[in-house]
Amino acid sequence: MRADTQSSQDFVYTDYHPRWLRQPKHTYWWLEKPSYFAFILRELTCLPVAWFAVYLLLLVNAVLDGSDAYAQFMAWSASPWMITLNVVSFALMVFHAITFFDAAPQALVVHLGHTRVPGRLVLIGHYVAWAGASAAVLWLLMRA
Amino acid sequence: MIKRHPEPLLWMLFSAGGMISGMLMPVLILMFGIAFPLGWVTPTTYEQMTGLLANPITRLVLFSLCALSLFHWAHRFRHTLYDGLQIKHLNEVIAVVSYGAAFVGSGLAAYLLWQIG
Repeated sequence: MRADTQSSQDFVYTDYHPRWLRQPKHTYWWLEKPSYFAFILRELTCLPVAWFAVYLLLLVNAVLDGSDAYAQFMAWSASPWMITLNVVSFALMVFHAITFFDAAPQALVVHLGHTRVPGRLVLIGHYVAWAGASAAVLWLLMRA
Repeated sequence: MIKRHPEPLLWMLFSAGGMISGMLMPVLILMFGIAFPLGWVTPTTYEQMTGLLANPITRLVLFSLCALSLFHWAHRFRHTLYDGLQIKHLNEVIAVVSYGAAFVGSGLAAYLLWQIG
């Protein structure tokens, strides 16, 4: 059927689904631009977060099992593979913390009375809390 | 009846997990993953560790940290597979497996930390 002969009267549905307006992205679209890659890298920080939750639970389990098990855990943590894994995890974890806190002013709108607390202050608050929490953990772990 | 969607709750868990893990994990992994194993600092002794874990506040913080971090992982991982690798046909399976793993992990964390008390 030619296009110019078509009218609303003899409209026919095609058997085939029309093409989507959106072009499908290929699987590795996030390698195209540094900013896309940074996005996926930020999303992948969830892996070290989960890994470290498991690591902490293994540590608690070792302490529960007694001083020998704790010493064994400490020796295991000193193996080259473990240190490599934890150094990479640490780098991604810091990236996670920074990107998460940087997004906080957008997600967290704080009001004091009728005035909105500026985003900058919310951001600074997060960094102050981060420093405080880190100092508290260090103090707990290092006090003799 | 209004249909209740689980997404806001899952997002809250994701957000809380991101916050608490961002605050506490960098310093913990720096110490237990790098500084202690490499001998930069004298490791916390076994007696100190048992003393710390005997405190219910430590255990509560550790439980929140581990459980919320696992839910943070589950949520982000599901969305990464969806957006990044565009695995859309397995969306339900991935959701069940990741939130399920976070749920089981939280249960194990509770079991471990309650044993000490």
